[in-house]
Amino acid sequence: MRLDRLPISVIRDRYVPGGWDLLAFVLVFTFFIYLGQAGRGLAGSLAHLEATPISLDPRALVGYAARTGLRMLVALACSLVFTFSYATLAAKSRRAEILLVPLLDFLQSVPILSFSIVIVFFVQLTPGRVAGAEMAAIFLIFTSQAWNMAFSFYHSLRSIPDEMVEAARNFQLSPWMRFWRLEVPFAMPPLIWNMMMSVSGGWFFVVVSEALTVGDNRIALPGVGSYIALANDQRDFGAIGWAILAMFVVILIFDQLLFRPLIASADWFRLEQEVGQTPNSPWALTMMRRSRFLGLMGDAFAALLRAGMKPPRPVTVAAQADGSGSRRSRWGDFAWYAALILIGILAVWRTAGFVHGEVPVGEIGHVVVLGFITLVRVAILIAIASLIWVPIGVWVGMRPKVAGVLQPVAQFLAAFPANLFFGFAVSAIVLFRLNPDIWLSPLMILGTQWYILFNVIVGASAIPAELRYAGQNMGLKGWLWWKRMVLPAIFPFYVTGAITAAGGSWNASVAAEIVSWGKETVTAHGIGAYIASAQSAAPPDWQRVVLGTVVLSVFVVILNRIFWRPLYARAERKFRMS
Amino acid sequence: MNNAAPALNLEPLLDVQAVNKSFRKPDGDDLVVLENVNLTLRPGEIVGLLGRSGSGKSTLLRSIAGLDPPSGGVVSYLGHPVLSPAAGIAMVFQSFALFPWLTVLENVQLGLEALGMEPAEMRTRALKAIDLIGLDGFESAYPRELSGGMRQRVGFARALVVHPNIILMDEPFSALDILTAETLRTDFLELWGEGQLPIKAVLLVTHNIEEAVQMCDRLLIFSTNPGRIVSEIPIDLPQPRHTQDPRFRAVVDRVYVEMTARPRGEIRSTIKSERFPGSGIGTALTHVSSTVLTGLIEAVNEPPYNGKADLPVIAEEQHLEVDDLFPAAEALQMLRFAEVEGGDMKLTEAGLQFARGDTDERKKLFARHLVTYVPLAAHVRRVLDERASHTAPKSRFFDELEDYMAEDAADETLRTLISWGRYAEIFAYDDNRQAFSLENPA
Repeated sequence: MRLDRLPISVIRDRYVPGGWDLLAFVLVFTFFIYLGQAGRGLAGSLAHLEATPISLDPRALVGYAARTGLRMLVALACSLVFTFSYATLAAKSRRAEILLVPLLDFLQSVPILSFSIVIVFFVQLTPGRVAGAEMAAIFLIFTSQAWNMAFSFYHSLRSIPDEMVEAARNFQLSPWMRFWRLEVPFAMPPLIWNMMMSVSGGWFFVVVSEALTVGDNRIALPGVGSYIALANDQRDFGAIGWAILAMFVVILIFDQLLFRPLIASADWFRLEQEVGQTPNSPWALTMMRRSRFLGLMGDAFAALLRAGMKPPRPVTVAAQADGSGSRRSRWGDFAWYAALILIGILAVWRTAGFVHGEVPVGEIGHVVVLGFITLVRVAILIAIASLIWVPIGVWVGMRPKVAGVLQPVAQFLAAFPANLFFGFAVSAIVLFRLNPDIWLSPLMILGTQWYILFNVIVGASAIPAELRYAGQNMGLKGWLWWKRMVLPAIFPFYVTGAITAAGGSWNASVAAEIVSWGKETVTAHGIGAYIASAQSAAPPDWQRVVLGTVVLSVFVVILNRIFWRPLYARAERKFRMS
Repeated sequence: MNNAAPALNLEPLLDVQAVNKSFRKPDGDDLVVLENVNLTLRPGEIVGLLGRSGSGKSTLLRSIAGLDPPSGGVVSYLGHPVLSPAAGIAMVFQSFALFPWLTVLENVQLGLEALGMEPAEMRTRALKAIDLIGLDGFESAYPRELSGGMRQRVGFARALVVHPNIILMDEPFSALDILTAETLRTDFLELWGEGQLPIKAVLLVTHNIEEAVQMCDRLLIFSTNPGRIVSEIPIDLPQPRHTQDPRFRAVVDRVYVEMTARPRGEIRSTIKSERFPGSGIGTALTHVSSTVLTGLIEAVNEPPYNGKADLPVIAEEQHLEVDDLFPAAEALQMLRFAEVEGGDMKLTEAGLQFARGDTDERKKLFARHLVTYVPLAAHVRRVLDERASHTAPKSRFFDELEDYMAEDAADETLRTLISWGRYAEIFAYDDNRQAFSLENPA
């Protein structure tokens, strides 16, 4: 820790309550008050909610933003619980793995809006109450966050070094203790990164998840999303402006209070054990580490956790058979696979039956064609975004000072919900009579292109100085410089960014291929528009939503298998510097 | 001194009887890694398991630790069979296996925490262990802030703090530089000799002959393929032992002789390859770079050796560890450039010719011997010659090899073949396409 960055009160005597303590105190209590206020709405009845419609008054936005932020936090907590249980099960049980991993791959490719098919279920859990609708909204946000977090955790669990696992077993850590002392810390750095990505993506869907349609009813939960929906309906540019400001502040608070400290503390869990320079601490982390008040709270929490880690039984010399590994019942396996296959066939048959009731078989071909249209759109957009952001990213990445400033900005932009700007786009398209098939497309990549930028920045700044000197020394210039040095060096990073951007764009197509502004609705051809229009029909046409979703998922999964995965593997093998 | 007289009449702490370990290969056959291993460990002993890497000694250690139970035979500790990790057997790891997110103190306390000990008692005991092992003052440091030697001290403290009867050491010094390893070894031996360590016996796995001779009361020499104990060497030199002491050198020499002894009455081929007599492509190759091979031939050719050298001497001079030296010596023997027996290495006529030749002559000679004496090389070359395209995917040979050996051995064998084949210029290999070919960029 570098002392020169800290206030005098800290350096002089860290045990006297100082400025950091005061700040921590204020923040913690603000948070509690905020929790109380935001939570109060949960118990209310739906009738009451309908009686108090969303207001476009900017002052109401403070409360809305608080509610939206809380929904995000709750969804994140649910995602963590899901991650810890689902991924652990998948990593520890061979039989579960066979089912859970492909299922997760599929879930990841399902556009978030398609999950709105379960809204009714949640709303009916608590008839007439807001709580059910809140749960539905939180579930939708959860579906935008959980899958990649679970994948990252599963992957980490599978890659813990053998000797560390053996050490944990040799010292007889109980499974619970091993989980918290070895597995969770080891998985932390990639998990934190994925949480950040999840929340970034989540903001985009917060905006669409707060205005729910149940049967013929529309429920608008108080929140920034409902505010934006209303502003869109009423074509109120001023209100959109306020909403942008509110989102800016909310994302900034999340970034500063949650993610900067998390990222900095993630370094703590890294396995590479070299004596490296400590990255500068963000202020919030400094506050947490330096504030005695928070320290006490942390200790109390740690003590709680430790109490939970006490082994239920003292371990004795007499060792019992470790049956799980040695005796695998073949019959058990057989029964399990048979059951899986049976359930799979049943599920396909039921789904097909459900869809076929409404949709003629010929429409499937039409939907596949729509899928190809969206595919072309995504491909072109990724290409254009790459042409723009790769040179910029390289330029920035090679200048550490600029990169230091711009890297968090790019991350921030990735979190910003692009759908806030959709209204402007529609107005422009209508005003200039533009072709929506072309001009709606950029909206799909508006929010996800930043992943390309900041991955390229990271890649360019990771090019070893000596390699650059060697390039200079040999007189590499122009295209040769790009072809032989820079592009190969950033390639693995670029691929990572492009995969994320492409995945996000498919998902965003459902929100971006059909956009409304007041009474104007602009539609592009594509599978996203197909799903979205079926979903927003009154009553929603779930058969077509399911058909579109299945086709879109199949597209995404196949693309991942035949294009992205080999490309990624090749990038890792050939171009990764290690 | 508690190790002065290993009391052979004492009840053994650990008794390993007829232990076998095999893995199932893809084709359904079993690959035998350990075969009929017997050993006992009595209070007051440091016993060394010495063998080349891949000889199964680490597998044996893991069986004893209860981490990976044997396929046959019994490991018993204090009369109880060990089927899962047992309290009283602690382990020290080659890579230290410290938890980087825990401080030195927390790392050391980990095993106690798992026992559910009271925090105060835990702390006292951990601090004592930290003191003992010379980590005083580093309690609050994180592993990343420590040097390798200090990290392994944490590894030792972590194992000692649970007061085990036995400590199992899996090449604990091999990740350290020579000087640090030496310091750590002597520190440990000193504490052991003074009876300060709360342990009764040590089982050390190593491939470093001098380390083994320095530390152990008894050495068990392991052979490869399958792993078996081929001989036992008691060492009754008094501690501290000095590496330049003639008696010490005599023991080292004896170990070399044992380790280079031709397997007695043993056919090294597996049952599978006997079905194809003379094909022999199933011989596993250990990776040795051609630079090391040339370097070794040159060194043995030069005065004072003039074509015949004592292995321990050349090992020391060339700074080669057993793990580098033996595969290199074996490779030269396989290629008929040298003969190895009785701890000596003698260049053949071809070896001498190789040493005298220039780069081009050497490559030609190497190519000839490679194709003649390494059936796999001849096989690859023949396939490439026969095919119209003169290319063949790596997977083709990999699948063939997998009938004879485990996956990683097949991997290493091919890696070795590629490296030697490239040096000999008998074929080319494209890593992007994962394919062999006859194209030569030159």
